[in-house]
Amino acid sequence: MREFINGNDACALAVRLAKPQVISAYPITPQTTVVERLAEYVEDGSLDADFVHVESEHSALNAAMGASLAGVRTFTATSGQGLLYMAEVLTYSAGGRFPIVMLNANRSLALPWNIYGDQRDSLSLLDCGWIQAYAENAQEVLDLTLMAFRIAEDDAVRVPFMINSDGFHITHTYELVDTPAAEQVEAFLPGYEAGENRVDFDQPRNFGFSAGPAYNAAFHKAHHEAMLRALDLIPRVEREFADIFGRLYGGAVEAHLCDDAEYVLITLGSVSGLCRQVADTLRANGVKAGVLRLRYLRPFPDRLIAETLTGAKAVAVLEKDISFGGTGTVFANVRTAAPATLNVIGGLGGAGISAKQIADIFADLQNGESGVKWL
Amino acid sequence: MAVKNLDEREFFFGHKACAGCGGSLAVRIALKVLGERTVAVLPAGCMSAVGFNFPQLCFANNAFITPFAATASVMTGLEAGLRRRGEKDFIVAGFAGDGGTADIGLQALSGAMDRGDNILYICYDNEAYMNTGIQKSGLTPPGAKTSTTPHRGSRRPKKDMPAIVAANGVSYAASASVGYLDDYIKKLEKAKSVVGVKYIHVLAPCPTGWGLGSDETVEIAKEAVDVGVWELKEYENGRWTVNRKPTRPQDLERHIDRQGRFRIQSQYQEDSRNGQR
Repeated sequence: MREFINGNDACALAVRLAKPQVISAYPITPQTTVVERLAEYVEDGSLDADFVHVESEHSALNAAMGASLAGVRTFTATSGQGLLYMAEVLTYSAGGRFPIVMLNANRSLALPWNIYGDQRDSLSLLDCGWIQAYAENAQEVLDLTLMAFRIAEDDAVRVPFMINSDGFHITHTYELVDTPAAEQVEAFLPGYEAGENRVDFDQPRNFGFSAGPAYNAAFHKAHHEAMLRALDLIPRVEREFADIFGRLYGGAVEAHLCDDAEYVLITLGSVSGLCRQVADTLRANGVKAGVLRLRYLRPFPDRLIAETLTGAKAVAVLEKDISFGGTGTVFANVRTAAPATLNVIGGLGGAGISAKQIADIFADLQNGESGVKWL
Repeated sequence: MAVKNLDEREFFFGHKACAGCGGSLAVRIALKVLGERTVAVLPAGCMSAVGFNFPQLCFANNAFITPFAATASVMTGLEAGLRRRGEKDFIVAGFAGDGGTADIGLQALSGAMDRGDNILYICYDNEAYMNTGIQKSGLTPPGAKTSTTPHRGSRRPKKDMPAIVAANGVSYAASASVGYLDDYIKKLEKAKSVVGVKYIHVLAPCPTGWGLGSDETVEIAKEAVDVGVWELKEYENGRWTVNRKPTRPQDLERHIDRQGRFRIQSQYQEDSRNGQR
């Protein structure tokens, strides 16, 4: 069915179809309407779940972790300051290998206060051990939400999954979205099987323990390897998804005109569509432009990026983030895979990014400019 | 149930708590009363520090260490998840220290009380952050020396946790002492049978932090009740009942003086009189 809905509605619809049994969330703009929809679904009986009203984001993720420890599917959602308030529990739930799925409505960080979208919140927490995916539009939010449960809960992975959705640009923007039928979702996403990582009264276990110097690295290495397996799993799950729902995503990165591109712009999230349009225009004018959209930042698709950029003369990264005194975090990550030279910082605090500004980035690349440049 | 007919099985053993640890006694006895279908939830604190060191894990029942501030919020999710999974006749029991309860964990506990979740929250109160080296908490009594109130002793009253939880309308609240185990056991049994938030605040002396011999824990815990510095009481149906009246209030001074943590204070007062500070 085609419905005219926004990104938060799309997420809530997907969560309802995924049937989590416990949802805990604390309201924060621009995530709020996801939580409101889910509360409505629980109250009108269309979603059979516990909706836990918590007093903070810290408790929201802890309640989700408790439920996951009990062995049921869980969901939470947050944004910006709320994500940072959860930070301790992000590493905790990831280290405990609880496959919680969370929507993060990307929001700027205080100070100065700002409720609009940039990606400093999630990018500042890349190291927390969660899978991080970045949607481009409402449809992808819906699709990623369904795939998130599959990937996070896979036996080979068991890592929590953060779906990032640009605040307002995706969360509150209405688009035509293809909403799947319950039977399709049932065929794609089986019920959650927690395996041994859950409370078991027949075989009691101790969870959340300390591991000293002799054992500590072994746990983290296992976690890292699970993340790497997720990178292999993503395209497999996407193919299965395509078989059932008819939409095929290109894996952890999505390349546009990159095969023979001389100048490639790497970006992520909702600005990607405009970047592709600019590249198309430049192509018509004889500039071999390409756009590489990063769909996943963790696990980091370094080989895919390197392979895509083998023929490029110059590469820029456009991101809504800055690591003060350094570069953008995405740029720093991309540089581990490819010789990107120009880092453009834009869209902070919800600022618009225009086609002209994007065209200028390609011009800068042609002129050999490098370093960090602010829009 | 009384001490003499407690479950002989042990659920918390092989840990490395200090000799004479009141907290480990509170946890050990509680699990014997609550039984094997109890999930123990513990934040960072003495009991998790002494009991959860991989590969030496010390709970025979299911148990989980939570982030420090998260005892109650994890309990909420766990209870909801187990119920949703179709489990019946289980208990989600939290064991948090005084700092984990009255300071960093108070907000999450407030949330759980607001929701009226079906959980049993036990605060084992040793009156300071003991496993990090005896720092003042919100439940450190006035005059007690800690490593962060090193000379003058704490100058603030102990937060009244039982009153705080009662004001939130919990289903059952009680204070107890490891010096009066039969009373503690009775309260655990009662809490087990009540639906909603149950809160038991058990005084659990720490010989290391209180400046006592490791054989004095039970005696001092009993004495605290007898001299009247710790009250044994219960909150049910909106009313408090005192379970035991102080029997020897005249021994209060002796009770204070025998604890090393209160001694520096007099030394400080002497210094003060001598104009040394």
